[in-house]
Amino acid sequence: MTRFVARRILEVIPVLFVIVTLVFFMIRLAPGGPFDAERNVSDEILRNLEAYYNLDAPLHRQYLDYLGQLLWGDLGPSFKYPGWSVNELILTGFPVSLELGLYALLVALGIGLTAGVVASLKPNTLRDYVPMSLAMVGICIPNFVLGPLLVLAFGLWLGWLPVAGWEGPSYKILPAITLGAGYAAYIARLSRGGMLEVLAQDFIRTARAKGLTEARVVLRHGLRGGLQPVVSFLGPAAAGLLSGSFVVETIFQVPGLGRFFIQAAFNRDYTMILGTVLFYAALILMFNVIVDVAQAWLDPRLRDEIG
Amino acid sequence: MKRLARLTLCVLLCCVGCAKSGPPALRVGNGTEPQGLDPHTVTGIPEHRILGTLFEGLVDVDPDDLTPVPAVAESWTISDDGKVYTFTLRPEARWSNGDPVTAHDFAYAWQRILTPALASEYAYMLHCLKNARAFNEGRITDFDQVGVKVLDEHRIETTLENPTPYFLSMQIHYTWFPVHRKTIEAFGRMDERGTRWTRPGNLVGNGAYMLKRWAPNNIIEVVANEHYWNAAQVRLKRVFFYPIDNLLTEERSFRTGRLHLTGSVPLAKVPVYQRKHPELLRIDPYLGAYYYRINVTRPPLDDARVRRALAMSVDRVALTKNVLTGGQAPAYAFCVPDTADYTCASAVPYDLDEARRLLAEAGYPNGEGFPRIELLYNTSENHKLIAEAIQRMWKQELNIDVGLLNQDWKVYLDSQNNLDYDVCRAGWIGDFVDPVNFLECFTTGNGNNRTGWSSPKYDDYIARAAQTVGQKARFDLFQQAERILLEGAPIIPIYYYTRVYLKSPQVQGWHSNLLGYISFKHLHLAEAGP
Amino acid sequence: MDRVVQVEKGASLWQDALHRLRQNKLAVAGLAILAVMVAAALVTPWVAPYAYDAQDLDLGAARPSARHWLGTDQLGRDVLTRVLYGGRISLMVGFAATAVSLLVGVLYGATAGFLGGRTDSLMMRIVDILYALPFTIFVIILMVFFGRNIILLFLAIGAVQWLTMARIVRGQVMSLRNTEFVEAAVLMGFSHRRIILRHLIPNVLGPVIVYVTLTIPNVMLIEAFLSFLGLGVQAPMSSWGLLIKEGADCMEEYPWLLLFPSIALSITLFALNFLGDGLRDALDPRGAGE
Repeated sequence: MTRFVARRILEVIPVLFVIVTLVFFMIRLAPGGPFDAERNVSDEILRNLEAYYNLDAPLHRQYLDYLGQLLWGDLGPSFKYPGWSVNELILTGFPVSLELGLYALLVALGIGLTAGVVASLKPNTLRDYVPMSLAMVGICIPNFVLGPLLVLAFGLWLGWLPVAGWEGPSYKILPAITLGAGYAAYIARLSRGGMLEVLAQDFIRTARAKGLTEARVVLRHGLRGGLQPVVSFLGPAAAGLLSGSFVVETIFQVPGLGRFFIQAAFNRDYTMILGTVLFYAALILMFNVIVDVAQAWLDPRLRDEIG
Repeated sequence: MKRLARLTLCVLLCCVGCAKSGPPALRVGNGTEPQGLDPHTVTGIPEHRILGTLFEGLVDVDPDDLTPVPAVAESWTISDDGKVYTFTLRPEARWSNGDPVTAHDFAYAWQRILTPALASEYAYMLHCLKNARAFNEGRITDFDQVGVKVLDEHRIETTLENPTPYFLSMQIHYTWFPVHRKTIEAFGRMDERGTRWTRPGNLVGNGAYMLKRWAPNNIIEVVANEHYWNAAQVRLKRVFFYPIDNLLTEERSFRTGRLHLTGSVPLAKVPVYQRKHPELLRIDPYLGAYYYRINVTRPPLDDARVRRALAMSVDRVALTKNVLTGGQAPAYAFCVPDTADYTCASAVPYDLDEARRLLAEAGYPNGEGFPRIELLYNTSENHKLIAEAIQRMWKQELNIDVGLLNQDWKVYLDSQNNLDYDVCRAGWIGDFVDPVNFLECFTTGNGNNRTGWSSPKYDDYIARAAQTVGQKARFDLFQQAERILLEGAPIIPIYYYTRVYLKSPQVQGWHSNLLGYISFKHLHLAEAGP
Repeated sequence: MDRVVQVEKGASLWQDALHRLRQNKLAVAGLAILAVMVAAALVTPWVAPYAYDAQDLDLGAARPSARHWLGTDQLGRDVLTRVLYGGRISLMVGFAATAVSLLVGVLYGATAGFLGGRTDSLMMRIVDILYALPFTIFVIILMVFFGRNIILLFLAIGAVQWLTMARIVRGQVMSLRNTEFVEAAVLMGFSHRRIILRHLIPNVLGPVIVYVTLTIPNVMLIEAFLSFLGLGVQAPMSSWGLLIKEGADCMEEYPWLLLFPSIALSITLFALNFLGDGLRDALDPRGAGE
């Protein structure tokens, strides 16, 4: 088991290396630089600026310098916000995004599992179609439509919830729902599928024959099987929540890492882009390692397959 | 039941708000997150608003008519040739840590911004000082040769290259603000970028406010500076700046009472407010021009007749009436009318027949044989709508094919700098109220030209105007220059900006002016209504 | 009597599946709707009431009326026309990007599954790792930095989706690999390439079709997401994603600008999802897995 975990963790390093290299060269080779400004700057000034940010060195030199810095965990100063380092900005933005992501996941699991389990109990009847269709709505309405709609309904017309910001508990509700709704749908489908598969199995029939109540059968025996595909979805779900956060954080003006990333991309803030990409990649990869380990632990049969 | 729920929620929220109690705060939507708070390394308007609260220059302006008023300097004298200004600082001016503000602080600040190693992008604002440009470009290294002389603790003398009638009003720009030497040098060298001196708790300024809190992408809070020399007159004690970059979210925040002031208003909302809540909407004239640049180095656009034909066939009235909603005025010249009493006498006519004739004369009768050109604009709903409308106008009236190209901000700037475009959208917001700020852009080789256009006669008029004392003579030269500009047509003026924003009736003491300059210390907040 | 005889005649895998599919009413409805959408997209240039760039500046944004069934936008352009043309682009992006992911995924997965052993382990390990990465970040970087080319859009979006395809195909190929007819082909000396292309891939088609049908809606949503950020399809072309984004920007003032493209996109997405679900149930009635 430890060997399995160790190998998994070690695999992460070459991946990060490839990502850094790829993104580094991709963004440096593209047009538009961080110092293009509406009011033109004299060549002299531009030269000094580039020297300060090490942009005048040959490209491979810059790359190696950057790698060197990385080893110390120093992601460099932000190009766009000279008073802040990338590390600082990530540290302010990430906890916010994490919180938002967790709430969204709770929303998704809450709605999704409920819908999926309920639907699986009486397949191909109204009790199946209705929750699944509602769940489908979550998939088919883009979050940048859902968000403003929710804001319109609950923020402006009813006036129950704030429309933007992150200043208190009430501010977190609408963004969490907007972000989580799409995943509720996937989780509903997955858990329904998983439940159907499990409920068709022999040991369930045995449990029923033994006289256990339906609730007990479903919750204690069926759910474990129903959860299995959901757990394996958690990895891609995390990646999805991450990209969803770009939209949701922009609409609701949440001061999270997603918003920083989008701004950095449009501002050509090289260090910030690289820093956030690396951070995200490392995060997600580690998260997937944890999920894999959890799965292997839950289902020893999988260990051989994976290990 | 609904109302009860709403009331309960309001009370709860109020309690939350009151938990962070203190004097009432003005909440301002401030556009993008500021690049920073060092007046010598930033370049934008959101920064300007905040820096204007934290620092103060020698001279301030009246927020209504923009005439210079004493600030840190209590008086000044101007020499007869208009080139030497001597300022006397008021002895009671203080930094936020109690230190007195002296003439040395200004000299130090101006040296800092002009130091080449700091690479300040806006340093050119100080090039009106004698030898400043040479120092900034590293051609001279002794700052004593620059036209700044500290006469004593409270008097400073500035010598200019040319008589510069707008020199006093330029002092409200952050590039002229003083900085606190000991603070800067406690965190790094004078010419070092990005040190921590601008963090809350470190930053020392001489303005009406102090920096209390700075959460990136979230909020910047400033509170009244008790050491400010005029602190007794400052009624507004706290300001929150929110970096909201999404216009729709900003409008909604205003509607729910979370903001008192917005930076802008989404296009579609303007008619709604005009109909339902005209008292909340403000449309102020603004010193800015929206226009298209033409790359004169690329055929067929190298023929002035083609350029003029393009310029004459844009129906600006239809655009401003139907597409734009903020009361913008159609522009038939470059300089904004009534800029310091200057209004251009020449104009680009809307004349379809003449346009077609010119196009035919240039060799493209009825658009035949005219190659496909591309119209470049940066990402924005507004720019897209206008570009699509003009594309269609040119197709319909001149029968030429124009493609649309959308690039995001940085790439778009790059394309302009490299003259890698045919026609592109541009905007120019004045830094100070004087026509030269607009007209000098199109002198040969000026960094803001970006069209490849060059006219020695034009350059000559502008250069002569710089030497001229006396408004009438100066403006006559500008008239001649602008006429040449419109005939040469490296640009197509389209409309003049207006500042469209929302203001809550709670905000009192409001002034508006051509620069969009907000003097927060003149404002105060009335109690919230029922 | 007749019915019994029919059943005894025996049905092939495909006929069986088709039969099951026909019984799933939602899936049939989905197929019908999809057919209508595609047909509309194809005949748009002849059917659309206005030229796609016809503007009417004086009219501005107007509610649905007899002249403009779905209303007009701020430049006075007919919304019905814009939705029709937008559909062409959206469906094209959907099909093209899916085709990219299909091509890459099938080739990769079939090769891995067929070759087996360590090559397969390595290839699938790479997939596992890539699967974890937030591809959208790379797509955003790609689109921001390299410009808004529609071909790039297909490639970028397709690149996000090929991984699951590769997995599915590889799984199928692995199980087929050991069947007798493949062993026979190997014994007979057919080249690997021939076996992969002519024997394995046709049999893998089932799950692939299901997945393709379910990928298209994802792709269309990714395009919509990119449009929200300003990185998707560029003016003067328009897609449902872009129309929805523009409509969302003024949804209180001109709700019809949001409503109609949203309905068009949603119906198409629903249709594709129901069809895909139906196909999956039809081809594998146990309803297991994703």
